[in-house]
Amino acid sequence: MKSKINIESMHNEYKQKLIRERRFVVFFQLLIFIAFFALWEIASNLKWVDPLVFSSPSKVWNLLVENIIAGTIFSHISITLFETILGFIIGTVAGTILAAILWWSPFLSKVLDPYLVVLNAMPKVALGPILIVALGPTMTSIVAMGAIISVIITTIVVYTSFRETDPNYIKVLQSFGATRWQCFKEAILPSSFPAIISTLKVNVGLSWVGVVVGEFLVSKQGLGYLIIYGFQVFNFTLVMQSLLIIVIFATIMYKIVEVIENALIKNR
Amino acid sequence: MSFLQIQDVSHIYFSKKDRTLAIKDVNLSIEEGEFISILGPSGCGKTTILSIVAGLIQPTIGKVILDRETIVGTNKNTGYMLQQDYLFPWKTIQENIFLGLKLTNQLNEKTKQKTLALLNEMGLSHVKNQYPTQLSGGMRQRVSLVRTLATNPKLLLLDEPFSALDFQTKLKLEDLVFETLKQFEKTAILVTHDIGEAIAMSNRIYLFTNRPGTVHKVFEIPDELAKITPFEARNHPLYNEIFQEVWKELEKLEK
Repeated sequence: MKSKINIESMHNEYKQKLIRERRFVVFFQLLIFIAFFALWEIASNLKWVDPLVFSSPSKVWNLLVENIIAGTIFSHISITLFETILGFIIGTVAGTILAAILWWSPFLSKVLDPYLVVLNAMPKVALGPILIVALGPTMTSIVAMGAIISVIITTIVVYTSFRETDPNYIKVLQSFGATRWQCFKEAILPSSFPAIISTLKVNVGLSWVGVVVGEFLVSKQGLGYLIIYGFQVFNFTLVMQSLLIIVIFATIMYKIVEVIENALIKNR
Repeated sequence: MSFLQIQDVSHIYFSKKDRTLAIKDVNLSIEEGEFISILGPSGCGKTTILSIVAGLIQPTIGKVILDRETIVGTNKNTGYMLQQDYLFPWKTIQENIFLGLKLTNQLNEKTKQKTLALLNEMGLSHVKNQYPTQLSGGMRQRVSLVRTLATNPKLLLLDEPFSALDFQTKLKLEDLVFETLKQFEKTAILVTHDIGEAIAMSNRIYLFTNRPGTVHKVFEIPDELAKITPFEARNHPLYNEIFQEVWKELEKLEK
């Protein structure tokens, strides 16, 4: 009986320790957050940095509130967000399908191997001008930028993961007379979900790069357009504001991918 | 004609640098309902033979005839149990045991009930909605047995299925597999390097030589030993006699 009481209190102590530790982490996270913006504000006000270039949090905030009240910012946000999500989905799905084709035909994968290396090494944003001329200065070419930037790396990572599937799972399926498609569906694809998810996380960042660069070039609307416009008219408050919005939405997308991850691979 | 016949089978593995004669001129035949063991040192091509019988690989020379049909490619007639359970971790136990039925388009209420009844016989019906990671090694291998038997294969191929288990679990599982196979009157080939396991479970033992693997000697296990459960067999006076005999042959092989 005595020992049970001890265990109980020790467990409580342990839980208390965890809570204290957690509070400590959150405290420092908040501290960094506040310190960053405070330092930025002070540095800008006291002219430690050029306020024209680096703006200041209060100016950015005022501009944001202004834009929200005027309602002009929402169309830019929704356009960019739509392009990014579409580019992200197309890039990831196309990359996974390409990987599946390579897995399906070992001959094709041997033939295409050097080309994949070349395509992967090539800086995709350099294709921007060609895309815009080919597809027109429209949303299509911006989405294409968002997709093209992630498709090859997705193919390579996912294909590698397909090939690393434990051959014994395939053996189990084949011993039941499974077809190649059944092997893919039952073993190859599900065992590669962790790899696919980790490319999703990378692709979130890549798609934002592609779309923002695309908007730089097309320059009609969207957050990327606001950045390039702010740069041209030397309104760096606008640049900073757009950048902050991008950071916020990119983080939200990343978090959504994490939720999907937990749902898909909860049983491992 | 025997139920299963392996006729003059040889197999060579080719690679860029090397060619390996894995098995050479293997001949053996098994009657329906028999349990036989292939015993030998590691690298004697035991797994190669099972893969050939399962149709996973085509032998370089020779052929395998199961129930009067030559085996070409993978087919539904053989069930394969591996060293580890290889249950799919993203599927529940129930989904795992229905896998073979699903792949062969035999999944219906009747086969489902039958398979679940088998799971129940193994004392595992309470875990059917759990995932493999929640089960112990012995439980998982029992589920794996249910999965293999679900499609009602004519021939069972057991590739050291007990080797990854602790000794106590292994003894219990040997009895369970033995009794289940006898109950369903299944024919089985067990591949193992455990002499005791081979004696306790089989009607006949084929002792293989090392690289290239070929039948070195055949030991017939007397009925009085083959009919009783593996655990009882291990305590039978004849068991030690045969063990010594097999042991001596194995020693000779090493020289």
